[in-house]
Amino acid sequence: MIPNITLVIQGLAFFAVVLVVMKFGWPHIIAAIEDRQNKIAEGLSQAEKARKELADADARVADEIRKARTEAATIIDKAHNQASEIVDKARLDAVVEATKQKAIAAAEIESMAHRAREELRGKVAALALAGASKILNREIDANAHKALIDQLVTEI
Amino acid sequence: MTTEGAGSVNMTEYIQHHLHHLQLSVGDGVFMKLNLDTLFFTLVTGLIFLVLFLRVSRRATAGVPGKLQCAIEMVVLFVDGLVKETFHGRSKMIAPLSITIFCLVFLMNFMDLLPIDLLPWAWASGHALTGHDPAHAYLRIVPTADLNTTFGLSLTVLLLTQYVGLTHKGIAKFFAEFLTVPFQAPGPVGKVLLAPFNLLLRLIEECVRPVSLSLRLFGNMYAGELIFILIAVMTLGAAFAHFSTYLLGIGQFFADFAWTTFHILIITLQAFIFMVLTIVYLSIAAESH
Repeated sequence: MIPNITLVIQGLAFFAVVLVVMKFGWPHIIAAIEDRQNKIAEGLSQAEKARKELADADARVADEIRKARTEAATIIDKAHNQASEIVDKARLDAVVEATKQKAIAAAEIESMAHRAREELRGKVAALALAGASKILNREIDANAHKALIDQLVTEI
Repeated sequence: MTTEGAGSVNMTEYIQHHLHHLQLSVGDGVFMKLNLDTLFFTLVTGLIFLVLFLRVSRRATAGVPGKLQCAIEMVVLFVDGLVKETFHGRSKMIAPLSITIFCLVFLMNFMDLLPIDLLPWAWASGHALTGHDPAHAYLRIVPTADLNTTFGLSLTVLLLTQYVGLTHKGIAKFFAEFLTVPFQAPGPVGKVLLAPFNLLLRLIEECVRPVSLSLRLFGNMYAGELIFILIAVMTLGAAFAHFSTYLLGIGQFFADFAWTTFHILIITLQAFIFMVLTIVYLSIAAESH
């Protein structure tokens, strides 16, 4: 039980082992561990980033869809407006055209009636003249009695 | 765990034989003796530790680690965390030192779990085969149950403590603290008066630490070994013809099983305590008072 020289050798051997571990063992293992820790941290942060990006993309897609929907709605609205506008315009045009045509027709009718009346009047005058000449049995000089006849015509 | 030879039934002889080191005299006196068995098994456990640790560290990869690498990394991280928590100085040595203490002391303690008579029996048989007297084939296989080992460790730790103290504080401050700490006085007279007491206390402290550190480990392992020997004594010189052999054999099995199981806890705990106290001593040495 009395300590002997073995003590010194044991101490030295122990110290030698410590030195070897310190020089050749510990740094490698710690480096590998730290490397792996970094890798894991990196992987986790990248996963987090990817997750965020995915969420972003989802949000963007939803946004895009919403925008497209509103755009479609505006286009449809506009189309509706345009259609009704066109219809209105057509109606207005038609009305205007109809009025115009009516006016033209009325004018024509008027002018035709006038002409017919003039013609009739001329014919009446000639008839009256012929009748009168027959009654008087002589030739009436149309020119001489023109004033008379015209008066007659206007009276008719 | 039966013992050899029905002839030597002497219990005292058996125990004394088991507690005797294989020694080689290298000079005059009691001190100049080498415990060859302690040295040999220290070498074996040290080599096991170094080979495993260095092999793994050489092949250490940041990728997917193997099972052995995982196991060693777990120990490394455990020790590293402990050191970082306790020791706030700057020293590259302390973490490798701690893991070396833990693994080496654990492996040396582990030798205690081997059947108490296995290696001594093989050694004695070898002796007999080569024509020597097996009665002089001494062998103790647990290096930490030898005071030399535990004192060797704790004295190395003591020297390292002084070294860490010196490098962290500088020579002047380091030696000044011998005289000024822990008793402090405001005036120069008081300081001079208290200096001898400070020095005395410091010297006692420095001496007590390695002694308590080594005796704790030695005591636990020696007692553990002794209990294994005492359990083995139950069937010492037993013969198959006796009924008591079977009864005692069963008793010995259960006693051995229970003590081995409990001893797993002890050897781990003692290795852990040795490591933690080393870290604590080093951090105390590194911190200024």
